[in-house]
Amino acid sequence: MTWITACAVDDIDPEDVLRFDHAGQTYAIYRDPKGAFFATDGLCSHERVHLCDGLVMGDQIECPKHNGRFNYKTGAALRAPVCINLKTYPARVTDDAVEIEVS
Amino acid sequence: MPYDQPLVEKRDYTLTGPNAQRAVELGLASAEWYHSDVPRKVMKELMARTDQPAIRDTVIWLGLLVLTGIGGIYFWGSWACVPFFFVYGVLYGSCCDSRWHEAGHGTAFRTGWMNDVVYEIASFMVMRNPVTWRWSHARHHTDTIIVGRDAEIAWMHPTSVLAKFKGILSPVDAYQSLKIIARNAMGNTSADERDYIPASEIPKAIFAARVHMAIYLATLIAAIWMRSFLPFMLIGLPRIYGCWHMYMTGLIQHGGLAEDVIDHRLNSRTCYMNPISRWIYWNMNYHVEHHMFPMVPYHALPRLHALIKDDLPKPCPSIWAAYAEMIPAVLRQRHQKGYYLRKELPATARPYREELHQEVPDRSSMEA
Repeated sequence: MTWITACAVDDIDPEDVLRFDHAGQTYAIYRDPKGAFFATDGLCSHERVHLCDGLVMGDQIECPKHNGRFNYKTGAALRAPVCINLKTYPARVTDDAVEIEVS
Repeated sequence: MPYDQPLVEKRDYTLTGPNAQRAVELGLASAEWYHSDVPRKVMKELMARTDQPAIRDTVIWLGLLVLTGIGGIYFWGSWACVPFFFVYGVLYGSCCDSRWHEAGHGTAFRTGWMNDVVYEIASFMVMRNPVTWRWSHARHHTDTIIVGRDAEIAWMHPTSVLAKFKGILSPVDAYQSLKIIARNAMGNTSADERDYIPASEIPKAIFAARVHMAIYLATLIAAIWMRSFLPFMLIGLPRIYGCWHMYMTGLIQHGGLAEDVIDHRLNSRTCYMNPISRWIYWNMNYHVEHHMFPMVPYHALPRLHALIKDDLPKPCPSIWAAYAEMIPAVLRQRHQKGYYLRKELPATARPYREELHQEVPDRSSMEA
């Protein structure tokens, strides 16, 4: 497992999401309303839609195409049409940079 | 116009036929679609949910349904009931479609259970299985008018004018819809339904169909007991006598436009309408905008339209104008393979991206 820098802290507003691509994978980096950072796979588990275009509401991310919702902190699928949980990744802040741990 | 040419070869629109495989091979399935540029902050504002507009509209909708229903019952047996049932029918048989649609997207209300309640009521009114249609509509948005993938293509080539006319005759359509619900209620699902509904959802679809059939059975019992078909004037029949507005607006969404492209500007139509039709239709006249950004609530679509209209073909100025451009195109599509109405873009727009799918990278390697 490796920690990699995804973005700067200021790149994401509170209650928002940002796309981050690395080594052929796409991730979604979230900042919750309190300022904590989280990371999940970048594509919805229902169809290949980038979650970075979706709406963050509290601790949920809504797929921008089909209204499927996940808890981005746990990856839990919450609302149809998503049925498969989202893979999550540890995230941390180091020197104003957001890092995620990937394999 | 090549009307003297033979009809084009009939396309296979099933979801389990060769065109389904073809769509996958061409990169048309679950592809990355063209989007007009909207700043992220603005898009977040547009997608933000609120309860107020839909609560207002739903109170008006259900309130008018009750009032016109009471009027229809009161004057039943005289001609005076006709205007009441005319309005009741549109509120039931046409508003149901837009309410089903918007609540199904989860964008009508901010509060989730309100979306769910309106979705269930409207699904019953429009004679759609709430489970199967939730999944078919998700597919419609993933693969809009992609042959072999989209289960909601209304215009299948070559369009049979007679079959289309029969299809939009509301008794025929209502009968077909009821037949599907009855089939689901008996525990049967079609191959196409099983293609887009996860196996875990099938029992829910069967249960929902049985609830719908139970309500119709109760209505039948009431009609027999009362020795009157008045109960059916209130439940069931409005889907026939009041759905004309749903067809009038729904048929122009994609008719005469392109298949197998991944730019909604080529396969969807935006059309200006009078305010009453927009209220009945919940602003789905902004159909290109809706398909490009389906999580923007109906009440924010006029704002979205104003923001991106310079990147879209000029909207049809009226429902009449939409039919005037669509009907000749549909007739031409019967004889000219691959023809579609390619609407001119304004000079400010980015060019059409018919071949965008060829530029989408293979994202299979991105999967976890």
